[in-house]
Amino acid sequence: MGHGFLIDVTLCEGCEACMDACHEIHGQPDTENYELSALNYTVIKNINIEEEDIYYRRMCMHCQTPSCASVCPVGAFRKTKEGPVIYDASRCMGCRYCMIACPFDVPKYEWESRNPRVHKCDMCYQRIKQGKLPACAEACPTGATLFGKHEELIRIAQERLQNDPERYYPYIYGLKEAGGTSVLYLLPVKPTELGFRLKGFQQTFPQFTWRVMKEIPNVVTFSGVFMYGLWWIINRRIELQKLDVETSGRELTSKEDDNGNSSGN
Amino acid sequence: MEILPVTKKPFRLTFWKSVFFLILIAGLYSTYIRFFYGLGAATNLSDCFPWGLWIGFDVLCGVGLAAGGFTMAALVYIFNIKKFKPIVRPAILTAFLGYLLVIFALLYDLGRPYNIWHPLIMWNPHSVMFEVGWCVMLYTTVLALEFRPVVLEKFHLHKPLKVIKSALIPPVILGVLFSTLHQSSLGSLFLIVPEKLYPLWYSPLLPVLFFVSSVAVGFAMVIFESYLSARAFNKHLEKPLLMELARVVVFILSLYLILKLQDFARRDAWHYLFINRPETYLFWAEMLLGVLLPLVLLATPRIRRHSVALFWSVLLVISGFVLNRMNVSITALESYSGAHYFPSWMEISITLMIVALGFAAFRWIAKNFPIFQAEKVPALPSIRQIPIVLESKEKINKQETLN
Ligand code: SF4
Ligand code: SF4
Ligand code: SF4
Repeated sequence: MGHGFLIDVTLCEGCEACMDACHEIHGQPDTENYELSALNYTVIKNINIEEEDIYYRRMCMHCQTPSCASVCPVGAFRKTKEGPVIYDASRCMGCRYCMIACPFDVPKYEWESRNPRVHKCDMCYQRIKQGKLPACAEACPTGATLFGKHEELIRIAQERLQNDPERYYPYIYGLKEAGGTSVLYLLPVKPTELGFRLKGFQQTFPQFTWRVMKEIPNVVTFSGVFMYGLWWIINRRIELQKLDVETSGRELTSKEDDNGNSSGN
Repeated sequence: MEILPVTKKPFRLTFWKSVFFLILIAGLYSTYIRFFYGLGAATNLSDCFPWGLWIGFDVLCGVGLAAGGFTMAALVYIFNIKKFKPIVRPAILTAFLGYLLVIFALLYDLGRPYNIWHPLIMWNPHSVMFEVGWCVMLYTTVLALEFRPVVLEKFHLHKPLKVIKSALIPPVILGVLFSTLHQSSLGSLFLIVPEKLYPLWYSPLLPVLFFVSSVAVGFAMVIFESYLSARAFNKHLEKPLLMELARVVVFILSLYLILKLQDFARRDAWHYLFINRPETYLFWAEMLLGVLLPLVLLATPRIRRHSVALFWSVLLVISGFVLNRMNVSITALESYSGAHYFPSWMEISITLMIVALGFAAFRWIAKNFPIFQAEKVPALPSIRQIPIVLESKEKINKQETLN
């Protein structure tokens, strides 16, 4: 299962240290734009619910069964054993199916480039391979972004829910969503209030495609044989009719032929 | 219906020619912007709306409208209904051009068009797009094979012609297989986003619906282009054949309608039909004008017999099909994305250019190659001179040359 994040929204103060750290490490400019984009792998969102300001992060969820990897025709996305879902620009042909398919709308595009790439958080794959923390987790001053082993994070989340039921909405977002994600959220309110989808979301989406795709070999063999058989039978009958015609003196009015043929068809 | 020698006429700038050149100029300018300044400069696509007109029309519609190639090939070669033979060639030509243009259009839409060949060596069998890519590639090859006789006849190469005709069935069967797969897979593309596609269109039956509608529109296109060619090339309209094809269209449209009803019943989605939203209107337009109305029209013998009425009826089928593909790929995603998408003029100009190139190529090939006179080219000269009225002999000969 590898590594992942636990984002505790109740601890987030909206200082944007994670955003800044992420920009810095990727050489991206700081922006006033709070949407995910080719220049924002993570953003801080702000929503006011019952007079209370809630800040929360958005980033790639690093799904266990990622839609982006499932749909990419050239396998440019890959779920690594360490946890991150990473992208290989050298394979990408830019069809943007990954952007359509991602249930969390994470992959973003370099629209102005002549040689565009897809962009998204890669859980700082290079850093964690060296045993370092992802830049955003290192920068977070409150511990709202916690990086660690997935199982460990689940345990911590469950403990927090148990010890402080007042503080949280009793749900770990990401345990089941999109078939489970490496990024988990603890929230003070119902996830849907922050625009996190719940309804019909506790399933892996690639299965919808695979249900159909796995039938292809059957369809091909069956209909191939069927069509060949069909052709063979029909053709055989026409041949036989032709023999009849030839033996009966080669002459035929067009009417007779029509009758003969239509029964063959 | 002799092949007239192409006489060189002095160049005249007619109305249609000037339209063609205007489109070409606009298209070339947009091409320049697209490739030098990127997709963002030329299109209205964005992170919220990554797929637009080029996927919706050029690819989804383009592939569907070219379906006449495999349906006619199946009818004539597998079901052995030889009387349709005179219209199989134009259908295959349309399909061949259609697929080449789809691939051409893809070069515009792909962010990294120079990597278009990557699926050849970088496999992901879980991806619908991967499968579509392979099928389109293989089917285009099959179409090229099916088209070879035309080229060989043109240059009077009768020996290789015989060889091809003796081994016609395997490529035809493969062609039908590849077509079935990718026509339906274009629908499967959207299976993975049940939460994004508006419920009027999201359905587990998407692949089946896409396939059935492509078969219907394939035949409709054959009628459409026969009518246009008859006018453009001053040739005799194969009316009885087209009337029969129209009946096939009726049959398939009914099948489509039943599938749609079944789909709504199964998902219990009836209430979506009566919500006051743009999606609802577009859906009704698609179903009423594109399916129901032509179904009624084409089921009426009087209309089938009247070639102009027949033409307009199949035009409805074609428009309904186009609307359906645009709805699935654009309208259905709008409410989820929260963004409004309308193609930029550059996107439109490139699409127009591609369509115009298709028409021009068809016209040129039809004029210079034996497309409509297929059966008139003398393979066995003495017998070929029997007038067309004696259909019986013709048929026997055809079968002889075929087998
Ligand atoms: S959130 Fe989207 S981009 Fe990230 S792994 Fe999941 S499917 Fe891929
Ligand atoms: S845009 Fe690139 S990464 Fe995304 S699905 Fe297409 S080829 Fe794969
Ligand atoms: S893990 Fe790395 S790439 Fe992802 S948001 Fe944090 S800093 Fe950015």
